Amino acid sequence: MSAIDAAREPRRRRRTQAASVLYDVPGPRARIRNNILTLVSLLVFAIIAYFVVRRMDAAGQWDAKLWEPFTRHDVWVNVILPGLWGTLAVSAVAAVGAMIFGVVFGLGRLSDHRLFRWVSGAVVEFFRAIPVLLLIFFIQAGPATINIAFGRIPVPIPAFVAVAVGLILYNGSVLAEVFRAGINAVPRGQSEAAYSLGLRKGGVMRLILLPQAVTAMMPAIVSQLVILLKDSALGWIISYPDLLNAAFRQVGANFGNPLPAAIVVAAMYIVINLALSYLANWLERRNRRSRRTSARTVAAPLQPGDPAAPI
Amino acid sequence: MGTDIYQLIDPAPLIKYGPDILMSFWATIRLTLVSAVFALILGTVLAAMRVSPTPVLRAGGTLYVNTFRNTPLTLVLLFCSLGLSDTLGIKISEEPSVNGYWLAVIGLTIYHAAFVCEALRSGVNTVDPGQSEAARSIGLTFFQTLRTVVLPQAFRAVIAPLGSLLIALTKNTTIVIVAGYWEASAQMKQMFDEVAATPAIFIGFALGFMVLTLPTGFFFGWLAKRKAVVR
Repeated sequence: MSAIDAAREPRRRRRTQAASVLYDVPGPRARIRNNILTLVSLLVFAIIAYFVVRRMDAAGQWDAKLWEPFTRHDVWVNVILPGLWGTLAVSAVAAVGAMIFGVVFGLGRLSDHRLFRWVSGAVVEFFRAIPVLLLIFFIQAGPATINIAFGRIPVPIPAFVAVAVGLILYNGSVLAEVFRAGINAVPRGQSEAAYSLGLRKGGVMRLILLPQAVTAMMPAIVSQLVILLKDSALGWIISYPDLLNAAFRQVGANFGNPLPAAIVVAAMYIVINLALSYLANWLERRNRRSRRTSARTVAAPLQPGDPAAPI
Repeated sequence: MGTDIYQLIDPAPLIKYGPDILMSFWATIRLTLVSAVFALILGTVLAAMRVSPTPVLRAGGTLYVNTFRNTPLTLVLLFCSLGLSDTLGIKISEEPSVNGYWLAVIGLTIYHAAFVCEALRSGVNTVDPGQSEAARSIGLTFFQTLRTVVLPQAFRAVIAPLGSLLIALTKNTTIVIVAGYWEASAQMKQMFDEVAATPAIFIGFALGFMVLTLPTGFFFGWLAKRKAVVR
């Protein structure tokens, strides 16, 4: 069984009753045991929470004046919202770019020409095997060196471009694998039927395979976009003015409250990403109900050597 | 000008800085392996919580996973270095580099444990409920069912996801640069500043990571296929 099937399995087996693969419906003794376990775990959580709160209290982190900046209108309008805009802007540009990159190289890997297949495969595998951060560093600093070597005047690369291109190359490569898996998930009978009706290669792809594949890959694409949005925080390292830089570095430095700032920024990222994840789940549920595709939903993208990639 | 162009692909800096580069990749490997072990332990505990019959434990596990899966790793690592260390004054060691190392390991562990938990949980979910129903009906106890029926099947299903997690972890160690710990990405940045940002240096580091990630991927892919449960 392939990794895709492995990740897909639980959805087919959604259970309606309380019993799971591990436990039967609890009887009277099990219910008492579960209640005791509930009590003990509540106690343990309370103890952990107590120590966290105590520790922060000892460092004076509950002081109202550290949290007060986040209730101020001018802080939000002048610092945090521009930062949020920076994150959303670079993510949106990178998302569109990654989608285009993914379609081009995903279809390239399915091409009938060996050369296209080979080149697309090499590009996709290369960008998936190396860290995004190395890419971003090189995109920012590399072109200047190359320009000087060719006797041209170097143009500084804006941090926005470095982050966006780095995210496009990595996430685009992952999406290329999603597209490939999506096309492959359409049963072969579909394209055979289309060919037998007299459609040519382009027509089969455009009219039969792509429309069904896109429906099947929608959840995987949205989950990859969540990852892209999260990775845009790498902009911090090259001082791109994103949400992290604005709300954590600027607010944290100006008001001397790095810990509260970190908690507020984390909460903002979590809310944005959870909203996107709910969108992905909703799309998947809708997809499972609809009969617009004969392809099964494509799960997480693949890594070199096959495994499904969650990050 | 000719020499300038040659300089772009000149591997000499890679050789000159060779020992430093190897040490930086050794730091990457050390971070990866140690964080992987801790993340596996914490992730297993969290997965046990998320499949437990106790709603409170399940809620705790869900809260953890949703929090750390949706927070950027950059922020988690910054939180460890600036928050835990500088603000709350948590010191693991007096030696700054040892302290930096363990803070980085804590950050990587906290973040990746959420993903390990989800991989393991989905592994348990791949096992058909009919399997444990059958086990119970022939009289196996809870732990016998777990040990002889459910877990052997679940472990096989999670080989592939755990492998790709290890690859992701290897690549994510580069972000440790924000916590001030020195590894491969910091070494590359330093060479960009000291020598020049040449393609040769970038390709050298990229190859270094490919040497780490590609065999891992192939190994886990092979193992997953070999151990796959035939259904």
